[in-house]
Amino acid sequence: MGFEPGGPLLFSGQDWSFETLQRIYGAVERIAHDELGLDTYPNQVEVITSEQMLDAYASTGMPLFYKHWSFGKQFLRNETLYRKGWQGLAYEIVINSSPCIVYIMEENSATMQTLVLAHAAFGHNHFFKNNHTFRQWTDASAILDYLAFAKKYVTACEDRYGADAVERLLDSAHALMNNGIHRYPGKHAPDLLSEERREQERRAHDERLYNDLWRTLPKKRSKSAERPEEDRRRALLGLPEENILYFLEKTAPRLQGWQRELIRIVRQIAQYFYPQRQTKVMNEGCATFVHYKIMGRLHETGRITDGAYLEFLHSHTNVVTQPDYDDPRYSGINPYALGFSMMQEIERVCLSESAEDKAAHPDIAGCGDPYGVLKDAWANYRDESFVMQFLSPRLIRKHRLFRLVDDQEEDEVLVASIHDERGYRDVRRSLSRHFDVSRQDPDIQVVDVDLAGDRRLLVRHNVVDGVTLDAGDAQRVLRHLADLWGYSVRLVEADERATYATHDAEPSQAFR
Amino acid sequence: MHIIDRRLDPGGKSLANRQRFIRRARALVRQAVREASGSRGIREVDEGGSVSIPADGVHEPSFHRGGETGRREPVLPGNKTYVQGDRIARPPQGGGSGSEGSPDGEGEDQFRFILSREEFLEFFLEDLELPNLAKRQIMGDAQEIRRPAGFRTAGPPAALSVPRTLRRSLSRRIALRRPSSDEIDGLKRDIEALEKSGRSARRLAELKLELERQERRTRTIPFIDPVDLRYRRIEVTPEPVARAAMFCLMDVSASMDEHMKDLAKRFFSLLYIFLTRRYRQVEIVFIRHTHEAKEVDEETFFHSRLSGGTVISSALDEMAKIAAERFPVNQWNIYGAQASDGDNLSTDNARSVALLRSTILPMSQFYAYLQVGHGEGERVGVFSRQESSLWRAYQQLVGPDLPLAMRKVDNRRDIYPIFRELFERKDVHTGSGGHGV
Repeated sequence: MGFEPGGPLLFSGQDWSFETLQRIYGAVERIAHDELGLDTYPNQVEVITSEQMLDAYASTGMPLFYKHWSFGKQFLRNETLYRKGWQGLAYEIVINSSPCIVYIMEENSATMQTLVLAHAAFGHNHFFKNNHTFRQWTDASAILDYLAFAKKYVTACEDRYGADAVERLLDSAHALMNNGIHRYPGKHAPDLLSEERREQERRAHDERLYNDLWRTLPKKRSKSAERPEEDRRRALLGLPEENILYFLEKTAPRLQGWQRELIRIVRQIAQYFYPQRQTKVMNEGCATFVHYKIMGRLHETGRITDGAYLEFLHSHTNVVTQPDYDDPRYSGINPYALGFSMMQEIERVCLSESAEDKAAHPDIAGCGDPYGVLKDAWANYRDESFVMQFLSPRLIRKHRLFRLVDDQEEDEVLVASIHDERGYRDVRRSLSRHFDVSRQDPDIQVVDVDLAGDRRLLVRHNVVDGVTLDAGDAQRVLRHLADLWGYSVRLVEADERATYATHDAEPSQAFR
Repeated sequence: MHIIDRRLDPGGKSLANRQRFIRRARALVRQAVREASGSRGIREVDEGGSVSIPADGVHEPSFHRGGETGRREPVLPGNKTYVQGDRIARPPQGGGSGSEGSPDGEGEDQFRFILSREEFLEFFLEDLELPNLAKRQIMGDAQEIRRPAGFRTAGPPAALSVPRTLRRSLSRRIALRRPSSDEIDGLKRDIEALEKSGRSARRLAELKLELERQERRTRTIPFIDPVDLRYRRIEVTPEPVARAAMFCLMDVSASMDEHMKDLAKRFFSLLYIFLTRRYRQVEIVFIRHTHEAKEVDEETFFHSRLSGGTVISSALDEMAKIAAERFPVNQWNIYGAQASDGDNLSTDNARSVALLRSTILPMSQFYAYLQVGHGEGERVGVFSRQESSLWRAYQQLVGPDLPLAMRKVDNRRDIYPIFRELFERKDVHTGSGGHGV
């Protein structure tokens, strides 16, 4: 490449100024774009105080958000933890928007600002712009406008219908927030052209498979014909529907327009955050990998001092530490650690010729283009598929991962697989499922409602592995659901073999 | 790339949400504040701080999996000794394997957070009102407010208002037709021209006369006359500042045990906080007594113990003396709070009552007598115990016309309700009087 990578020191000491930031940003940007080939939204860096960081925490990091007491609760919780010194603040918050907003704290040292810019303004930013879940489900250029609209709309509703009524509705909608997500893109109404093309394809298919023998087979009575009434009703309501908020917004008989709009706002915001839940490991891994590369390059080319590099390493290792399961600090798999080590592993495998790597990753081992493979992974995978595809045996050994089978029916927990030849596949599959949000979230669907009869809404939880809902909370949420629906609601927890529980709720104070 | 400095943006973005939260949890927070105030020291109550409320009250429910049933396959890092097929005893707390943490840390029983001092005290003092607050003593120079109040005709030079003065001067000069310097200069120029040309001597003489007249006029009508002078008027309004002196009287003889002192302390600290909220300046005087009384500092007051008899009137004497010396009743609101176990030298009761009636109560805004007991065990019903002689003596005084209230307290948790009861907002016509039990 035709540029001179080296240059003078970007900064010395702890202090930074806005010129320093500009200089750092320039150097980081050059490495990110020219050497790593990242593709990012434009950045908007905002310097904030720790107070403002606490404020940002409370509104899930968004620069503006409608008002609700639960955010105040969040704020108080964080403030208490922070003031008592139990919890530090994040060095940055980054928002999936275009331009990409990066909050950095004024307390950070110059080294930390470099790290933060590399991590957030390029690592996360690249991931937001390229990963398919974000591309499919979020509109980065519109989110800030939408939040502004939401805030204004909620305020207007409060003025018009009273703060209590709005708060009550938001309470109910928030309770169902996790059930307000479209997990699959909806069916688009086909246009004339595609309709015609499909028709032709079908005819061609029929002609290809034509066999006069089929005509002689006796006709079977179709199953749908047996209960046409019910099927028709369900089809009209779009049932079964797993997006409960969507169903309520469109179908709840007694809600008013503004109430439907508020439900829609909650639903849209839940949808906006859905990709982040699916890609926690990859997103953090990508950002951590990028900052590690960039900081390394800055150090190699003499742009930062040894001291600054050591400061960076100190903080970096803190972030990517994975405590063992029996360590008091253990609180689950650290997404930073797993993501970062998997991406480093991909880089290694791409340049490796060992037989094990060839066997485990035949398509990428020794291909020699680690950044190409990584960028492809960043764009086209989410946590679940990423782990399934790329978790290498060597990494399982390194983290000494082991898989338990914990069946509440039995008194003891079984160690089902460990980091050996027989265990790799099972460990990988279980870990992958652990990151599958649609598997971790209970599968709850609206299955039926008798609009002509008592209008009771029937909701079904498809129980997997016998894990039922937390009964107390389920009952509480169900009351909210009944209030929104306006009539009684029944939740059945069942799988193919058995029914585990049935919860009923009547509206206590239905919205109207 | 843009860098935006947001540090100077107005903070407190979350204030509205915080207020919403507190409003929502109002009843719970109120309860928590009461409990917290019970377990704090005298000055600490005034500091705000952390309170816990039951997490249930502000719980945000969601559909999530419970830990009781079913089959899970967690993957954990850091295997040390296990091999495939090992069986491990289930860790004590249910599901145990840790991979299924409930969302956002719910499940804890208490939600703990920090209230600011203002928020804390708002709850602490909700709808309390001290009697006779109307009495306010206007203070001296220190608390003056100076504000502009128009103009006046005399004053110090520094307060001279030049625009006002010149405006007056201009209107006066116009009214009296004082010639301007332009007019006089014009006359002089005309005279000069005539003198040079040498023509029209008569005209010259006229002009000279005119000039002389105008100059005389200029001299007699001054540019600025003393009547023009205007000074800015600064009005010094004394700001009404109410000051209060709070007398804490306590019997420290051997019969008062730590528990009783603790009860007394709590009552005093409540009173102190209450007064600091209502008055800008609150002085506390601690008077302890056995058979003789002495003013002491807070530390000694609560923590030292003396032996001796009990003569209540000695403390009342001391209070009257100190009030007369340092807290003249026309400048201070006097509050008295007396704590005792009710024992008194029987011959002293009459003198104590007389002192109260003649000296202490007339000068006090409010006088509270708190009789502290040993704790729950001793008291079965309100009347189960023989009333102490002091109680009976004081009871004669209780009436609508005297600012005296008396209460019995046996347990720490009674303090706050009793305090509330004493100072609850009362209808105006009820007046200041305390009520007996």
